[in-house]
Amino acid sequence: MNPFEYQQVDEPATAVDAISRWRGSKFLAGGTNLIDLMKNTVEQPPKLIDINHIPLRGIEQTPDGGVKLGALARNSDTANHPLIRKNYPLLSQAILSGASPQLRNMATNGGNLLQRTRCPYFMDPAFSRCNKRTPGSGCSALEGFHENHAILGASDQCIATHPSDMCVALAALEAKVRVRGPKGERIIAIGDFHRLPGTTPQIDTTLMPDELIVSIDLPPSPYGSHSHYLKIRERTSYAFALVSVAAAIDVDSGWIRGARLALGGVAHKPWRVEAAEAALAGQKLSISLFEQAASRALSGARPRRDNTYKVEMAKRAIIRALTIAGGLA
Amino acid sequence: MNTIGKPISRVDGKLKVTGSARYSAEFDMPGLCYAVLVQSTIPAGRIAGMDDSLARKAAGVLAVLTPENAQRLPGAEKRLSLLQDNQVYYNGQPVAVVVAEKLEEAHHAASLIKIRYSVSAPKLDFVAGFPSSHPGNHNGEPGDMSWGDVDGALKDSDIKIDQVYTTPIHHHNPMEPHAAIAQWNGDELTVHESAQDISGHRAKLAKLFGVQESNVRLICLFVGGGFGCKGPLWSHVPLAAMAARQVNRPVKIVLERPQMFGPVGARPRTHQRLTVGATREGKLTAIRHEVHAHTSVIEDYLESSAFPTRVMYGCPNVSTIHRIVDLNLGTPTYTRAPGVATGTYALEVAMDELAYKLNMDPLQLRLLNYTENDPQTKLPFTGKHLRDCYTRAAERFGWSNRTREPRSMRDGSQLIGWGVATETYPANRRPASALVRFKPDGRVLVATGTHEIGNGIYTIMIQTAADALNVSPDLIDAQLGDTALPPAPITAGSMTVASVTPAIQTAAERVRTRLLQMAVADSGSPVHDASVDEVDFKDGLIFRKLSPNRSEKLGDFIARNGGQPIEGIAHVEPDETLKQKFASHSFGAVFAEVSVDPDLGPTRVRRVTAVYDVGKVLNEKTARSQFIGGIVWGIGLALHEDSHMDARTGRIVNENLADYHVPVNADIGEIDVSAIDIADTHLNPLGARGIGEIGITGTAAAVANAIYHATGKRIRDLPITPQKLIA
Ligand SMILES: Cc1cc2nc3c(=O)[nH]c(=O)nc-3n(C[C@H](O)[C@H](O)[C@H](O)COP(=O)(O)OP(=O)(O)OC[C@H]3O[C@@H](n4cnc5c(N)ncnc54)[C@H](O)[C@@H]3O)c2cc1C
Ligand code: SF4
Repeated sequence: MNPFEYQQVDEPATAVDAISRWRGSKFLAGGTNLIDLMKNTVEQPPKLIDINHIPLRGIEQTPDGGVKLGALARNSDTANHPLIRKNYPLLSQAILSGASPQLRNMATNGGNLLQRTRCPYFMDPAFSRCNKRTPGSGCSALEGFHENHAILGASDQCIATHPSDMCVALAALEAKVRVRGPKGERIIAIGDFHRLPGTTPQIDTTLMPDELIVSIDLPPSPYGSHSHYLKIRERTSYAFALVSVAAAIDVDSGWIRGARLALGGVAHKPWRVEAAEAALAGQKLSISLFEQAASRALSGARPRRDNTYKVEMAKRAIIRALTIAGGLA
Repeated sequence: MNTIGKPISRVDGKLKVTGSARYSAEFDMPGLCYAVLVQSTIPAGRIAGMDDSLARKAAGVLAVLTPENAQRLPGAEKRLSLLQDNQVYYNGQPVAVVVAEKLEEAHHAASLIKIRYSVSAPKLDFVAGFPSSHPGNHNGEPGDMSWGDVDGALKDSDIKIDQVYTTPIHHHNPMEPHAAIAQWNGDELTVHESAQDISGHRAKLAKLFGVQESNVRLICLFVGGGFGCKGPLWSHVPLAAMAARQVNRPVKIVLERPQMFGPVGARPRTHQRLTVGATREGKLTAIRHEVHAHTSVIEDYLESSAFPTRVMYGCPNVSTIHRIVDLNLGTPTYTRAPGVATGTYALEVAMDELAYKLNMDPLQLRLLNYTENDPQTKLPFTGKHLRDCYTRAAERFGWSNRTREPRSMRDGSQLIGWGVATETYPANRRPASALVRFKPDGRVLVATGTHEIGNGIYTIMIQTAADALNVSPDLIDAQLGDTALPPAPITAGSMTVASVTPAIQTAAERVRTRLLQMAVADSGSPVHDASVDEVDFKDGLIFRKLSPNRSEKLGDFIARNGGQPIEGIAHVEPDETLKQKFASHSFGAVFAEVSVDPDLGPTRVRRVTAVYDVGKVLNEKTARSQFIGGIVWGIGLALHEDSHMDARTGRIVNENLADYHVPVNADIGEIDVSAIDIADTHLNPLGARGIGEIGITGTAAAVANAIYHATGKRIRDLPITPQKLIA
């Protein structure tokens, strides 16, 4: 870890002001990702701006019937909130499938959106080649250990995945990220928030370095309990997803009015599959329909040497998640 | 007293759960400063240049030890990287040490050191190394041993199995990482170290630094888990002592979690080919167990996976062969049930495959090949009740309800599978010493230089002394983990109880006799002038057997006799001729039930039933914990643990506990363990054979066999992950 400055702020304006003054400085929320990366010098911010005292912990109903999640609300408080459990069980399940209770008690909603990849080559600076850490240096994962890397939307510059569970549910729920910068507030649709690596894998999101996430806004959801978050992992708890699926179906007596489908563990961002959603809309619930949707969702998959299993695993996970969401299981 | 066998709670339990047990890194002393290791980032080559100028100038830095300036210590074992030269043999090798006032300062300064390497081509391809592999031995036992005519018998066998089983590298990862505090006082060195072998480490440190053994003291009151990795002495301890000498202050070093993956041992990767022949009726005619396992390029370590094949079944033709492959990785070492855990996995899966080929119940196959004697030497076992283990475990598990066909049992959409395996572990014993002291305050001290590694030995020591002396356990204190005490062997090989308790019993006998001799000679004593046979000592009271009401308290007696403690010390050696008369092994039977999601792959171990024949169980509670812990390790071996190596650099890429998976609570279903509990008094007076490792043996095979039964898929490469099951 490098020496760094530390400052506490207690309102959004001061936070944005502070970060604009110090190039390379970072907001400190739960610290569960940032501090780990500072310890092994992957992140070397000259200054930490502790935002934990900004009153952004609320979880409130909005006038349109949606819910606003404060950026600093803890993952565990979010998952266990009655409004979330009742109206967005998909989100609740996704959060609770991640990390451990101790970590979820610290982790914040804003921090979860911005957690960085678990690509081992990114996390270990002894590997000099990582385009995400050192742009232009190359990618150690391409020919290295990449069992858990991306099969969709990757580039030859970076095949890392976004590790969040929560964000996969947020993608399916079409959340909006409300951010505040020096020029005021703006809203970023969750689908536009995370980026694909392309030729600039060092940039994870469309958030500007001087912007603060203030809330995540959930629109009203027609899905309720016709939704399911399925996570496949190497042990029953406390493991990142090999593949995960957030599935939500708006059902009307056996017919699908609309559906939402997003995948985790397969791409540089939560992977919403609108083509598969379109294939489901207006159809009658059936396993064979789900099979078609699954094939469509994976049609663009480009696995590498050691992660071909993910294609079949993702298809089967989609079928299972839709089956449960649709009440056919 | 009759405490042996009782489910007595750990005497140190409260200290541990309240955080007041003091682990090695938790000692403080005036002037304590902090050391951090700098490790190599290449697998093979030479350090061409090291620029430590920025580190030296950094805040708080007291010293930077490099190959250029480090104290020369001729004769260091090769596995130790003590900055004696510029060679790099593996990724993660210690190449410098930074000492600073604060830990954070040491860390920061360490990151400022710039190293230039001249890189050579590393040997990292395990399989490619087979042609140049070489034989070896394990603890002095030869790696190759055969009897009969295996080739001939295989040619004539009705049925044959010929398969390869592979297991990955594992890293130990006890909760408490390696830690040491070293302090010099002139030529005297004191080290607080989390260690499984304080006497061994003392001897090695004394030799390294050229001082008398009596000048070195190691202290370790608790070990927060070791699983073998704290048996050998590793580089960080002498490095801390070198640093302490240089800065002339006590130096603390605690390894970071990623540092647990490289310079401090590992379970080596194995490739095991099993060729098994049998008659149509299921009688084994031949077994060939051929093992390749890796070691480092600097020192041999042999993972003795074929050793269990030498004792498990009656078979007239057996060949066990081990070959070692040198790789540019850190030297591997003992890991819980070394050799036996990986070897029983391969052997017991091969037996399952044979049972299916014979269309025979896998338990039946094992009973058919049961052996009453050591199959090679024909010597009888000191005690073997494996048949009872099979029967009892099968009944508790409900084995008779199993349908044999793979994929024939279901629970809703889940496939259910039941598997069985045999467990075994050798019974070991080494010389040990102990002291038992009657103190002026009337309390009793029992002490020996062994290690509390979670095995419950504090408690067992007190129980042993209580029973030997007829004194309530409440009046006894135990002391261990200090080379100032009478020495005990390394805490490994499941031999602590078998080695240490006889020494305690003899010491107790001696101090008791001393006390009674003094009492009858003492004119003030109520037993004055009686013969020693006529008097007794019980519950802290000295009395004449015929008139127990006239007694004297131990404390009063000592006070009247000058207030000096009375002591008995014993050094006890095992009977070395025993090996010529008997074979000595523990055995067990383990059954597992798994459910597998046929579409998605994850396996869940719903329940495990195991019954052990481990001689006498000394404490039902601590024994249960050891068995359960072993089974959890077996499940981890079967389903989870896997150190992923970057094939180009030999760095472990999942060097943290998020990505290196050990089973978590949610992975563990019901575990039902019990023991036959028949004393094996050939081995030691209490008849205990040791229980720390047997639980992991066989378990991985039982799980793997259950997965085959559930799915019809035979995965011969551990761990059995969801990705392999859906492939
Ligand atoms: C061992 C382990 C296992 C885990 N397992 C899982 C898992 O299975 N599934 C899963 O989804 N996650 C998992 N996680 C990740 C965990 O969810 C994230 O670490 C956590 O959500 C990050 O939140 P935080 O508040 O601690 O963020 P921090 O570490 O404080 O910050 C992360 C980043 O976000 C920035 N930031 C934080 N808040 C804001 C804000 N309001 N505005 C702008 N920038 C901000 C910080 O500057 C920093 O760059 C695991 C983590 C660990 C350590
Ligand atoms: S996949 Fe991305 S993060 Fe991983 S090494 Fe390549 S560039 Fe770096």
